Amino acid sequence: MIVAEQKPLQEIKRLINEAENVLVVGCGTCVTVCFAGGAREAAIIASSLRMSTKLDGNGKNVSDVTVQRQCEWEYLDQIADQVAAADIVLSLGCGIGVQAIAEHFPATWVVPGLNTSFLGLPTEQGVWAERCAACGDCILGITGGICPIARCSKSLLNGPCGGSEAGHCEIDPDVDCAWQLIYNRLSSMGKLDVLLEIQPPKNWRTSRDGGPRKIVRQDLRLVAEED
Amino acid sequence: MSDETVSNEQKTAGNGYLVGSTLEKVLRAGHFAVTAELGPPQNADSAVIRKKAGLLKGYCDGVNLTDNQTAIVRMSSIGAGAIVVQEGLEPVIQMTCRDRNRLAIQSDLLGAYALGMRNLLCLSGDHQTFGNHPTAKNVFDMDSLQLVQMVTEMRDEAVFQCGDKFKGPEARFFVGAAAAPFADPVDFRPYRLAKKVKAGANFIQTQLVYDVPAFARYMEKVRELGLHEQTYILAGVGPLKSPGMARYMKNNVPGILVPDELIARMSAAGKPWAGKKKDELTREDRIARSKAWKAKGIQICIELIQQLRQIEGVSGVHIMAIEWEAAVKPIVEGAGLSPRPEVG
Ligand code: SF4
Ligand code: SF4
Repeated sequence: MIVAEQKPLQEIKRLINEAENVLVVGCGTCVTVCFAGGAREAAIIASSLRMSTKLDGNGKNVSDVTVQRQCEWEYLDQIADQVAAADIVLSLGCGIGVQAIAEHFPATWVVPGLNTSFLGLPTEQGVWAERCAACGDCILGITGGICPIARCSKSLLNGPCGGSEAGHCEIDPDVDCAWQLIYNRLSSMGKLDVLLEIQPPKNWRTSRDGGPRKIVRQDLRLVAEED
Repeated sequence: MSDETVSNEQKTAGNGYLVGSTLEKVLRAGHFAVTAELGPPQNADSAVIRKKAGLLKGYCDGVNLTDNQTAIVRMSSIGAGAIVVQEGLEPVIQMTCRDRNRLAIQSDLLGAYALGMRNLLCLSGDHQTFGNHPTAKNVFDMDSLQLVQMVTEMRDEAVFQCGDKFKGPEARFFVGAAAAPFADPVDFRPYRLAKKVKAGANFIQTQLVYDVPAFARYMEKVRELGLHEQTYILAGVGPLKSPGMARYMKNNVPGILVPDELIARMSAAGKPWAGKKKDELTREDRIARSKAWKAKGIQICIELIQQLRQIEGVSGVHIMAIEWEAAVKPIVEGAGLSPRPEVG
C-alpha cells in the first residue's frame, strides 16, 4: 500500500492561510490503514484547525468528508458540491489523491495534508517499511522476493557492499541490509547459486528515469468501447 | 607515466600487457606491489596534491586518488590524478557509482585516459548520508561490479556500455575493484570477490586488514576458488594513529576487525602519559604521546605487511595512511619494500 504521514499542523496552517472555508478530504484506502488520512484523521485535523485558527484570532470554517478512494473520478464526483463550496481543499490522500482532486476540480485550489512516503507495509503495530520503488521491471524473481531497488540503500543489483554489518545497512543500525536478507533467504532455500550470476546494469527506462509512465491496455479499452 | 609508454602496438597485443601501467608491470613481473592512498583536499589547492605526491614518490607503484571519500566533497580524483601525473607518479583513479550515472562515468574516464591515467579502482561508494551533503540525491545507476564489467568491455571490446563501438582510441584501464573480507555476510565474501574477478577485475585492493589470521582464512577460500591466479590481490593496511582510532575502527567501521592485542599495544605505547586527565597533560606531553603512538602504529603496520606477505596469493599491499601520507615512506622502508622495482 501507499504509506504516508501527516504534515506538521504549522505547515498545514500556512498552506490554508488564505482561505475562509476549508474542506478536509480524507481517503478510505491506503492512508486509512496507515492512520494518516482516513475519516478519523480528517475529523481530527478539521477540529484541530478550527480550534487553532480560532485561537490565532483567524477562525476558519473547516469541514471534513472522506471518500472511498481519492484516486478515482467516480468517488470524487460524490463530493463535487462540497468541493465547490470550499475556498480550499486540504487533501489527506496520498500525492495521487491530491492530484486527482486538482485534475477533477480545475477551479479548486487543493493542498496536501500528508507527505506521501513510500510503497510499503506495516511490519508491526505502528511501524511501516518500504518494500517497492515501482521500478517497472520487477526482479524479485532473482532476489528471493526481497527488493534491492527499494531496500538496499544503494539499489545494488550485485550486493552486498562492504558496509553490511551484522544484518544492518551501513547507513543506520536500524536499517536492515537488504542483501543480507536476500543472502539469508536464498541460502535457506538452497538457491545461493543465483547470487553468483552477475546482474547487468538495469534498464531504468521503465522506472521514473524514463519520464512519466503510463500503461495503456488495449484489451480493456476495446471492452470499454463495446460497453 | 607518459603517453608514449603505451604505444598502440601494446594496446592491441604487442607486448602482452593489457595497459602497460607501472602497476600492471610490477604485478606481472611478480614483484610485491605497493600502492598508497592520497586523499585530495577539500579545496582547489593543487599544492596539497603536489606536496602529498612528493611524500609518496618513489615509495609506491601507484597512488590511489579517492573519489569524494566518505561522501565529502573533495577535489575530483581525476583532477588530482592529472596533477599526480605531472609530478611523475602513477595514479589509480577511484570511481564511485554514487555520484555519476553511466554517461558521466564513461565520459570522465575518456578524459582520465586522455590525461594519462591508466589504473582505475571501481567502487560503489559510501552512502551520501555519511558526508557533508546528506541532502543530496544519489545516483547508483550501476553498481561496482557492473562498473568493472563496463570498463573491462571498454578496454577489451572497445565498446561503450550501450554497445556502440568506439570510433578512435578506446580508454584502456588496468581495472581494480575493492574487497571487504570481513564484512557480512562473511561466508559470501570470497564468492563476491569471484564475481568481481569474473566481471574483469585485474587487481583487488582490500579493506584495512589488522586481523591477519582472519584474513588468512579468507585467503584460503580465495585460493580454493583459484581467484589468486586470476587477479592480483593487494591487502589493505594502514598505520594506527592512536588507541582511540583503533577502538573507533573496531567499533564503528563496518568490515574492519581490530584485534584487542593491537589496541593494547597502541595503549602501551602511550603508557608514560597514561592515567592522566586531558588538562594534566601539557602540549609537549600530548605531542610526545602522539609521536609515541604514531611510531608504534608504523611499527605495527610494518609487521602486518611482513605477515601478509607470507600469505599465498597476496600480491602486494595498499597503504591507506589517511591524512598521514608521510607515514608511507617509513612503512615501505621498514617493510623492506624500498626501493621500488624499475619496470621501465
Ligand atoms: S524490483 Fe522493482 S517492481 Fe519489483 S519490488 Fe523492487 S522496485 Fe518494486
Ligand atoms: S549495507 Fe546492504 S543495504 Fe546497505 S547499501 Fe550495502 S548492500 Fe545495500
